[in-house]
Amino acid sequence: MVSIKTRKPRLHKRLLRNWQLYLLLAPTLFYFLVFKYYPMYGLQIAFKDYLPSLGIWGSEWVGWDHFVRFFQSYQFWEIIENTLVLSLYELAVGFPLPIILALMLNMLISTKYRRFIQTIVYAPHFISVVVLVGILFVFLSPSSGLINHFIVLFGGEPINFMASPEWFKTLYVFSGVWQGTGFAAIIYLAALAGVDPSLHEAAVMDGASKLKRVLHIDIPAIMPVSIIMLILALGNLMNLGFEKALLMQTPLNKESSNIIATYVYEVGIQQAQYSFGTAVGLFNSVINLILLVTVNQIARKVSENSLW
Amino acid sequence: MNPLNRTKGDKAFDAVNVTLLTLGCLLVLYPLYFILIASISDPNRIFAGDVLFLPKGITFDGYERIFSDPGIWNGFKNTFLYSSLGTAISVTLTITAGYALSRTDLVGRNVIMIFLLITLFFHGGMIPTYLVVRDLGMVNTVWAMVIPNAVGLWNVIICRTFFQTSIPKDMLEAAQIDGCNDLKFFSKIVVPLSKPIIAVMVLFHVVTHWNSFFDALIYLNNDSLYPLQLILRNLLIQSEVSSQMIGDIESNQAQLAVAEQIKYGVIIVSSIPLLILYPFLQKYFVKGVMIGSIKG
Repeated sequence: MVSIKTRKPRLHKRLLRNWQLYLLLAPTLFYFLVFKYYPMYGLQIAFKDYLPSLGIWGSEWVGWDHFVRFFQSYQFWEIIENTLVLSLYELAVGFPLPIILALMLNMLISTKYRRFIQTIVYAPHFISVVVLVGILFVFLSPSSGLINHFIVLFGGEPINFMASPEWFKTLYVFSGVWQGTGFAAIIYLAALAGVDPSLHEAAVMDGASKLKRVLHIDIPAIMPVSIIMLILALGNLMNLGFEKALLMQTPLNKESSNIIATYVYEVGIQQAQYSFGTAVGLFNSVINLILLVTVNQIARKVSENSLW
Repeated sequence: MNPLNRTKGDKAFDAVNVTLLTLGCLLVLYPLYFILIASISDPNRIFAGDVLFLPKGITFDGYERIFSDPGIWNGFKNTFLYSSLGTAISVTLTITAGYALSRTDLVGRNVIMIFLLITLFFHGGMIPTYLVVRDLGMVNTVWAMVIPNAVGLWNVIICRTFFQTSIPKDMLEAAQIDGCNDLKFFSKIVVPLSKPIIAVMVLFHVVTHWNSFFDALIYLNNDSLYPLQLILRNLLIQSEVSSQMIGDIESNQAQLAVAEQIKYGVIIVSSIPLLILYPFLQKYFVKGVMIGSIKG
């Protein structure tokens, strides 16, 4: 047998042949180097006493000091608890709702009405966080807000919602539901659109009710997507919608609105304690990474669906 | 499915389903509707709780005050600048990178993808990023608003998937035989064929820029550079209604009332550009999410 060797061109020749593609790619790679990778290099200031005059490299090492200071600070447990409770609360309410909405929309008989509802429920997604929180403030205003008018109308006492720590988490979660549920349902609707109609027809033949079809056809069909979404959500557990929390924060609700990200902003940007802020942020990222890897591992074992 | 075959149970299911969805719809819609009618109602009647379903004592006073405020206009102007410049930069970077990564003959494609994907799982965080932007001298310049968040990896992946599925390989080969190089192929053939994905990207970025406020909060401290969202925040959340807007009103009570009306009006005014785009936004956003969800 004669084997004919087809020689691959040398690497640098192949690289050269691609040079125009690299040219197209270069600006974006450069962007990632400067704005994503260089900040990773900057993370070392979490272990240093960063002084702008000495630069990242030149500043003095202090080891774990900033972390220890964070763990020992009187706010530590409050911040961790707020971050975790708020995330889990949001996950418990915000994760299942888009799935339920998608299942309900999918079962609507009139496609016209379905499209009409979708148009409406998508709309709040396009409102900015600033406007969303602005709406919360005007609606919940103790003197002029709509909600308090209703409370007074039914004989209650007006509540100063935005100044009450006990209301912060509920307002945060349910305003998010109002804004995001419709849009988040899209991905599940796409998965449901891929279900083979003959499955449903066969089920009808066998006398399955609509509810049974939802339970035994639709829900299994969207399981893989749901699990991926859940992994992503759990991996981001500590990465709350920080902008909204910051906007909703008032001095009076701070004991319940102070989360890791707002704390990083406060100490790192406002008080310019760069090293300490970086240490707190790094702590957060590492926990997220551990969560993501763990959850992915578990998902792979129990369901064969995983990110990698 | 033939609706005639519906059993009693199915009918009950449908009735409950339609009712719940309609209720949900009203819950989403009503706050938006209320803001609209409140913005053109007599502020005293809003305060009294009179305005619920229809505007009462219609007045456009609030809008006149908003539009006579130079701060709002300046905010619009800045936001317009940041949105158009930022979108141009972002879309260019996203499309070019997406195309290059879609080419299977790109040497080192997987290594580059991993290089990019790592940033999804691990990143420097707020402070180190802030320090980079500051050290580059971008603080208090237009660039801080358009460069630091120029590229979203997710968008690059959406574009890559689009190019992979919609630009046939044969086309590239045919063009190469005719002596077309990669740059020419990209600009003369790929871009004209990719209008849908470019439209999706333009809308994504316009909306993001229009709504973004946090970059402005940390990178700008000169109010002449403030985008609309930062002005909105001061007005809506910190209740800093400028004296220019309500200074001519004497009693404190009346000032408070008008300030509330201005808030409703400003929510509408700031959202108008997106409301006009909404029919396109919805369609293209759904498309984008779908393309993105097919393959990671």
